[in-house]
Amino acid sequence: MTDVPVLQVDEISVSLSGRQVLDHVSFDVRGGEFTGLIGSNGVGKTTLLRTILGLQRPDSGRVLVSGMPLSPRSRSLGYVPQKIVVDPDVPMRARDFVALGLDAHRYGLTRRSPQQRELVERILHDVDAERFADNRLGSLSGGEQQRVFIAHALISQPKLLLLDEPLANLDPRSVQDIVALLHRVARGYGVAILLSAHEMNALLPVMDRIVYLTGGRAASGTTDEVIRSDVLSQLYGHHVDVLQLHGRVLVVAEPGQDNQDIPQHPTLTLG
Amino acid sequence: MHVVFESGFFTSAPVRTALIIGAVTAMVSSVVGVFVVVRSQSFAGHALTDVATTGGSAAFFFGLSPLLGFIGGGVIGAGAMDLIGVERERRRDLATGIVLGTALGLAALFLYLDTTKGATTGATQQLLFGSIFTVDPSTVPLVLGLSALGLAIVVLINRPLLLSSLSAELTRARGINLRGVGVLFMIAMAVSVGLSSIAVGSILSTALLIGPAAASIRLTKSLHASLMVAGVLGVATTWLGILFAYDSFYWVPSSQGLPVSFFIVSLIFIAYLMSGLPFVRRRFDRPPRANSAGASNQASIEALEVGA
Repeated sequence: MTDVPVLQVDEISVSLSGRQVLDHVSFDVRGGEFTGLIGSNGVGKTTLLRTILGLQRPDSGRVLVSGMPLSPRSRSLGYVPQKIVVDPDVPMRARDFVALGLDAHRYGLTRRSPQQRELVERILHDVDAERFADNRLGSLSGGEQQRVFIAHALISQPKLLLLDEPLANLDPRSVQDIVALLHRVARGYGVAILLSAHEMNALLPVMDRIVYLTGGRAASGTTDEVIRSDVLSQLYGHHVDVLQLHGRVLVVAEPGQDNQDIPQHPTLTLG
Repeated sequence: MHVVFESGFFTSAPVRTALIIGAVTAMVSSVVGVFVVVRSQSFAGHALTDVATTGGSAAFFFGLSPLLGFIGGGVIGAGAMDLIGVERERRRDLATGIVLGTALGLAALFLYLDTTKGATTGATQQLLFGSIFTVDPSTVPLVLGLSALGLAIVVLINRPLLLSSLSAELTRARGINLRGVGVLFMIAMAVSVGLSSIAVGSILSTALLIGPAAASIRLTKSLHASLMVAGVLGVATTWLGILFAYDSFYWVPSSQGLPVSFFIVSLIFIAYLMSGLPFVRRRFDRPPRANSAGASNQASIEALEVGA
């Protein structure tokens, strides 16, 4: 882990269709750091990631990657979108999709070098996807597909990997596997990870920092610094309690308070 | 020999021209068709065939080459679809439907004018269902040039096109010009539809565009294999169709010959049906290849230093 910020989000504000989605959001991500971007559905996590990627122009503020504004063809960022629906009939092996991460931006026919083919094999090995590398991408399970998407993003050896809700729609075992994989990747590759999720507990063992997003505003820091009653109450604009139970963190609103913005475990009844 | 190849098949100039034009147009259509199917743009592809009909019938009316009309109509239609939003998933059917309806109206007008102008229905038959044996040999260089153009476009954009077929968001994030890639592909599609209109007619060119591609996609796991199988299927069904149409002159009781387009489309349909048969799929479904790089066992995250 290094002290050089790989990503600097500086006072970003974004409005969509007249609605203020992000309001002066600032945070840094450093090399090799695992950062969770936590917030409930519709709170602006995807908008923030799209802004970092340069796909959404901010009303104000700036995004710097390794101290420089992001260029459209920058390979400093790897990205796993929230939704890639692959028809099972599409003739695309998992291996081919990973290789496409190397040269999808290139025009014309170029033969991949032995080093590039070896790199594909190594990435497939590192994400534990070798056993289904020759299967059609669309025929894989959700967890298997996530491994392939992560490999696709990693193969260009980015400094920062952005993942938009990669744990959504996965069973608990697959969630654990993907989180462990990403933690390994962050440490082994020295790549910084910014992962959005609406449920933070699965990430607690691996998160170095958290960016907690609600109502367009963000609080960032270590989990202990951010997931506190005083910090989150200020962020929400009303009192919330932070409870620790069996190693899990619960953020709950007082009875009568609007708690719909609180990212919560679906089995919990709050308020 | 006469059982398969009736006399004069290999010495007939119209047959030679048909075999050349049939092969190159089938090759382009099949290759483009694989991407059409992968991108779920079959409806747009079909609409372009109808737009090509409009262009062909208009060209015929004004005394121009129907081939140029087919392709010109297709390119204009592709441009109109792009303007309305064919690349945006939610507007794709809308864009296609609007262009399709307008084009068919214009096609009805020009086909009426073509038939009343010459007092013959031959023009309609030729435009809609093709007449590959009557293609002027002087057209061959133009067909070859346009085929090369269509293939060149697909070769040029094949990787960005493939990624954009799977995820528009990921494509944009890679800094790829999504719209530019989409427009170029629509032009390639218009060219291929125009070319196959010569072989099987504008109405049936959808069959050559979609059929071999759909069959090959059922049989293969990788895009490269799909492209190769689709190309072989397209050329094989077209050549066989030409052979059967030629031979049908000698069949009793027809003695007038049956349309090439009928045979080609029928063979494509049979090929598609056969591609779903278990024993056919098993022959193509080879076990995973050995790891040629041989690196996986030794590889580790820490060892990853190979430059991309």
